[in-house]
Amino acid sequence: MELLKHKTLSDYLSSDATVLCEKCKEEVSERRLAAEYFICPKCGKYNRVPARVRVEYLVDAASFRELNEKVVGGNPIDFPDYEDKVESSRKKSGEYEGVITGTATIGGFKTCLFVMESKFMMGSMGTVVGDKITALFEYAAENRLPVIGYTVSGGARMQEGMLSLWQMAKVSGAVKRHSDAGNFYLVCAADPTTGGVTASFAMLGDVIISEPGALVGFAGKRVVEQVTGEKLPENFQSAEFQLQNGFLDGIVPRAEQKAYLTRLLKIHAKR
Amino acid sequence: MQAYDRIKCTRRAGRATAADYIANIIHDFTELHGDRRFGDDPAVIGGVGFLSGIPVTVIGIEKGHALDERMRRNFGCVSPEGYRKALRLMHEAEKFGRPVICIVDTQGASCGKGAEERGEGQSIAENLYEMMTLKVPVVTLMVGEGSSGGALALAVADRIWMMENAYFTVVSPEACASILYKDSSRAPDAAESLKLDAENLIRLGIIERIIDEPADFNDPQATAFFFASLDNSLTYEIKGLLKIDTETLLAERYEKYRKIGRCATEGVPRPKVKSLFRRDKR
Repeated sequence: MELLKHKTLSDYLSSDATVLCEKCKEEVSERRLAAEYFICPKCGKYNRVPARVRVEYLVDAASFRELNEKVVGGNPIDFPDYEDKVESSRKKSGEYEGVITGTATIGGFKTCLFVMESKFMMGSMGTVVGDKITALFEYAAENRLPVIGYTVSGGARMQEGMLSLWQMAKVSGAVKRHSDAGNFYLVCAADPTTGGVTASFAMLGDVIISEPGALVGFAGKRVVEQVTGEKLPENFQSAEFQLQNGFLDGIVPRAEQKAYLTRLLKIHAKR
Repeated sequence: MQAYDRIKCTRRAGRATAADYIANIIHDFTELHGDRRFGDDPAVIGGVGFLSGIPVTVIGIEKGHALDERMRRNFGCVSPEGYRKALRLMHEAEKFGRPVICIVDTQGASCGKGAEERGEGQSIAENLYEMMTLKVPVVTLMVGEGSSGGALALAVADRIWMMENAYFTVVSPEACASILYKDSSRAPDAAESLKLDAENLIRLGIIERIIDEPADFNDPQATAFFFASLDNSLTYEIKGLLKIDTETLLAERYEKYRKIGRCATEGVPRPKVKSLFRRDKR
């Protein structure tokens, strides 16, 4: 298998490229965007953060130890054109699959961490994503460690059929075992968190947070509008909507997340 | 039969629904209502009764037969309060050591503003989470449609049996076709690719058994034979599951889900195999 090269935070910080903001479509220098946590300096939109860079924003320098980096899957149900899609996602994201898992310290506290990658087939969960997250929760339970998770996902990956749907139950089972053993799990439902990931481990944290303006929901907004014929409010399925309805503990700005996680890890630290 | 023909077959009126299964195999069924939080979802029938003399809790997704009933039951699309009612009844079953039988027949979870506001995703997640460690045997019957997380939320079980024409899928073939091909009329192609029929799912290790269906659910003799035989095999299975101690039951349930798609190796604790492969004393 070819070796993938992913861009690190310092690559972004020394980049001369410009990109378009996801919302206002204005040109922004990649360097400036990365320096400001991928928040558009012009309109304030929280643009999506590459998973690898997200890890760097959160963990203490050089503390991240990745688990199962190069695990890849096949085409278990021979779904047409699946291999090509995976291959192009690999090129686009610089990652072997849709989630990064590992251990790190955050503010000095040891923790397990997973971050999903939106550029890998929209962060969809197939068997590799499900299995890596399951393995992480098992590792955390075995070593009595907390888990911090960032979900960024369109849901279960269609191209692996029922095997993908199964991962929802499988990860939920691992989360339950980790929780029953008295361990802490904090999840940030980042933009977007929908479908089968919302309906499993994104909603199973002891603490669930999100980011300003993130899309968090189960059925897609357009689908709901089509099926019901209802006109839905502007903020439907936004993080703010979920906070108001009681499904989130808080909406935490990116610049404050490391301090927030550190506080929560400290209060849940094992004595 | 092509995959999409089976799907059409599960959507045809006149097919037995959860209520028919309950009426034919459960005695002294008493329906219990409400999630004790918000309301009572008519898309879910839950209650207690006897399966060949064994007290059981039964939870079924009900589509209804006549149009007005189908509308009242939201065509079997379950709302958050339906999943929460189901979970409430499962916990009640756990308290009294009763096995749980789930009957799944849904084109998906309810889709609407209210369902989203009340946490459709969260209610499904909580069911998966709790059912993984429910301390009583759970057997799921997939009797017709089984689409996406809305079906999975009642399908975490020790045994999953599927009627020969039932389907169980990650996404409805129509939605899959409209996402992949931007053309929902290509649903038959998507249905073929998704491997959503019972024969494929038994091969993939998702389900344990395929149940022969009567050629026509309106033929009283064939249907009576079908239910009598299902009653027999279900009773035998549940008696067997009741003999397994709780620790082994839960370890085997976890492993049944754990093994699907196993590929990560680093950091995975060595499996504690002590009791995993001990057979029950049937």
